[in-house]
Amino acid sequence: MTTLPEKTEKKLGLVIDLDICVGCQACATSCKEWNTGGYSAPLTDHDAYGADPSGAWLNRIHSYEVGEGAGSRTVHFPRSCLHCEEPDCVTVCPTGASYKREVDGIVLVNPDTCIGCKLCSWACPYGAREYDYDDGVMKKCTLCVDRIYNETLAEEDRVPACVRACPTGARAFGDLGDPASAVSQSVAERGGFDLLEEFGYKPVNKYLPPRSPAEVVDTPAAPILEAAIAQPDGSKVEGFFAWIDQALSRSEA
Amino acid sequence: MHPAYSVILFTTASGAGYGLMFWVSLIHIFGAGPDSRWFEFTAMAVSLILVTVGLLASTFHLGHPERAFRAFSQWRSSWLSREGVAAVATYAPSGFLALIWLLGGETAWTAPLALLAAVGAVVTVYCTGMIYASLRTIRQWNLGLVPVVYLGLAAASGAVLLAFFLAAFGQSPIWAAMLSLIGLGGAAALKALYWRRIDADPGRYTVEMALGLSAVSVGAQAGGVRPLDPPHTRPNFVMREMGYQVARKHALKLRQFSLIALFAAPAAAIVLASTFGVAVTALYLLAAVSVGVGAVLERWLFFAEAEHVVTLYYGASRA
Ligand code: SF4
Ligand code: SF4
Repeated sequence: MTTLPEKTEKKLGLVIDLDICVGCQACATSCKEWNTGGYSAPLTDHDAYGADPSGAWLNRIHSYEVGEGAGSRTVHFPRSCLHCEEPDCVTVCPTGASYKREVDGIVLVNPDTCIGCKLCSWACPYGAREYDYDDGVMKKCTLCVDRIYNETLAEEDRVPACVRACPTGARAFGDLGDPASAVSQSVAERGGFDLLEEFGYKPVNKYLPPRSPAEVVDTPAAPILEAAIAQPDGSKVEGFFAWIDQALSRSEA
Repeated sequence: MHPAYSVILFTTASGAGYGLMFWVSLIHIFGAGPDSRWFEFTAMAVSLILVTVGLLASTFHLGHPERAFRAFSQWRSSWLSREGVAAVATYAPSGFLALIWLLGGETAWTAPLALLAAVGAVVTVYCTGMIYASLRTIRQWNLGLVPVVYLGLAAASGAVLLAFFLAAFGQSPIWAAMLSLIGLGGAAALKALYWRRIDADPGRYTVEMALGLSAVSVGAQAGGVRPLDPPHTRPNFVMREMGYQVARKHALKLRQFSLIALFAAPAAAIVLASTFGVAVTALYLLAAVSVGVGAVLERWLFFAEAEHVVTLYYGASRA
């Protein structure tokens, strides 16, 4: 179990567009909602409404500032399991509970055999695995394995919950092993990349870079407000209102 | 990395236990010990107790200790699994030896059993070291030196324990003192080398690599990557487990303390015992306790100084 498949029939995964993600957390909340009742149930929280809330979530959205001055930008950055092709999170597992499926490449934890030793979470450079202290087992993104093949769901719902929820369409799901798939094509077109490629786990999920501004110009500061306000035209009506304005200002003072 | 006390206790106790097991087995093979099966029995029994306490402690941090037997199944790929297999396999020869010495029968089997126990002890400690050394996510662990340090510390603490038991049985041969001193010196030197290594390595991975983004890639002329909004308001599992970091100046202090407790203090006690030959047992006991304290400190630092690559997503710029 714990040895990796030499090849997987498909490479199911996500493509996340950093250009259009607005960091709204819809995918993270939707993920939590689905998965706390799905394959990974429960995703336990502690002190959820108190001063020190914590809990197992499978998707985390960071925001970063990248660069300084003209051309710098805020990038919202969803982070979840990348369903790597050669990850040690599978091979370090002593029980075989952590495994990669040969049929579609999804990396899963078997909640019935995991002993909760946490070693797999140490082996993941992406922080994608979160231990559930109540359940005593490791939790991670399942790529909604209980949705994507679920024939009791409407066709359009057979995608991961995060993809379904994203209001901006920043998340796409598909077979990244198939060069003709929509996700593979968007990766090819937009220069999709691996996180921490140098590390060598060969993530399946890809990220699309923020589009570079066509031309970064040093825009002059916005015109100051007063200058933008229309100048008085000298009419009687305007004079009247100016008088009222002054009178009121005086009485306030 | 968060220093889990159960794991610190496990690795230090079982390390000392396997070290003692190794030396008792070896002196049995060479017939160097006192001519008393009670000495051998006591030393072997104590080593088994230390190993067992360690193994039990290591199951405390499991979410499902009742499923621990499953951990023996993945020895093909997992060092943790290999460690479990090696530990259990080593119980057979060492347990038999303890039993034979307890019952006191003369048998030709003790030498081969002792050899197996000695090999098993080395293999098990090596596997423990490799659990950490095989993790590429932590540069302070992902070193060939790490299992060597584990072996060195196990050998040193085992040698001091052996010398203590010899003293308790009324013997303090000079070779036992030498063995302890060489062991302690070697372990301290390895540890100093290890600290030199990790201090010299600034880390191969950057936040730009982690995000796949840089100022240039987004079209800015300058600047780096700064966290703006974290994904959660309080630390999550990843931050609690992987984000633990000890202040540099505290770490340097603790390194000194651990070297004193691990090397300087016990070496002084051993030299005193060998030179003046008074209170020998008490001095060796003191040395053993001091080594224990030093080993716990050293193991705590081994975790606290370890920086995980995932910290790049939480504000670290290199790891
Ligand atoms: S992202 Fe982490 S948990 Fe997911 S497959 Fe890669 S290494 Fe494993
Ligand atoms: S926590 Fe569970 S899945 Fe992870 S390595 Fe341990 S047994 Fe395997």
